Amino acid sequence: MERNIALIALFAALIAVLSTVPQIHLPLGVPITAQSLGVMLCGTVLGARRGALAVALYLAVAAMGLPILAGGRGGLAPFVGPSAGFLWGYPVAAFVTGWIVQHWRASVGPVALVASMAGCVGLLYIFGIFGLWLHAPGTTAVPTIAASMAIFLPGDLVKAGLAALITQSLARARPQSLLSRQ
Amino acid sequence: MIALTSPIRTIWHPVPAGAKLAALVVISAIAMMLDRPVPLAALLVLVGLAYAAGGVRFVRHGLGVMRPLLPLILVLIGWHLILREPEAGAVMVLRIAAAMAAANLVTMTTRLDAMIALVTRIARPLSPLLPPKALAMAIALMIRFIPVMSGRHMALREAWRARSAKKPGWRVVPPVLLGALEDADRVAEALRARGGMS
Repeated sequence: MERNIALIALFAALIAVLSTVPQIHLPLGVPITAQSLGVMLCGTVLGARRGALAVALYLAVAAMGLPILAGGRGGLAPFVGPSAGFLWGYPVAAFVTGWIVQHWRASVGPVALVASMAGCVGLLYIFGIFGLWLHAPGTTAVPTIAASMAIFLPGDLVKAGLAALITQSLARARPQSLLSRQ
Repeated sequence: MIALTSPIRTIWHPVPAGAKLAALVVISAIAMMLDRPVPLAALLVLVGLAYAAGGVRFVRHGLGVMRPLLPLILVLIGWHLILREPEAGAVMVLRIAAAMAAANLVTMTTRLDAMIALVTRIARPLSPLLPPKALAMAIALMIRFIPVMSGRHMALREAWRARSAKKPGWRVVPPVLLGALEDADRVAEALRARGGMS
């Protein structure tokens, strides 16, 4: 119990730190940061449940008014803004990523890559597209919205690769540190 | 770490956080349901008037927070002009602006401790799944550990720069993670030593 609380709280703090390192703003207002890298790592390192809870805690504290979201944003506004779908989807994405790493006991690097791509790219984009679609009037077609999300795809695929490399190097340095594999 | 609450006092600061959050939910729902530009513009004006109650400096502060939205709004307007659907574009932009401005007003006028108290109160029905004490402890621990993690990240980047001409990339992240895992073990030990969470 105490250990889980400590792990969840410290990894939530870790996403906050990764999210506020220097980053680039894209024209669509959704900034590229290590924020989604942090979400992927919560899943691959902590596993499904703890990973999702760490991400949920991070989002809750951001919503309460700390500027810890990508690009130093925070408060309630991002949760109703154009990229709100991504935020709401993050805990689910971390859960799915963690679940795959927990249940697919192949070599950790490739598994972490596939898990990050499935959870934090594939599934997350469905949430993101839905979030922007909620703002769009009925006449705007879903494919238009989906196409506008494609500009984030290269960055997110790079981040999935990094998440896999980091998870693998963690497993090499200290195998017992991968709590998702225990 | 500085919270986003505005230091400029307004008539909205003393309003209970729960009431403001409920009002925000209602306003966001209305913004999502309206699909013509004129009523949405009226809603935005209404939110603007709520800001105006705080005075010129407060309004300027609020506009500063909304500035990152500007490129998105320009892209959306341009895109809808190309599609020759200016009305759809106006609806989307007004909707995003109204919902975000209202949400930002709540954040700017509510203290972090009031928000934490509200969240722990809302979460009370979940207590069999999520004990309120555990939630409060997790929030406090996380906020305390942001500067700790940030400090370690910076120290590792400095150490990297002292040894390499290249920029520190992803390779500083694994040691940061290992440090976090070690800290978590020590924090858990300390919590247990002080009577634990049960």
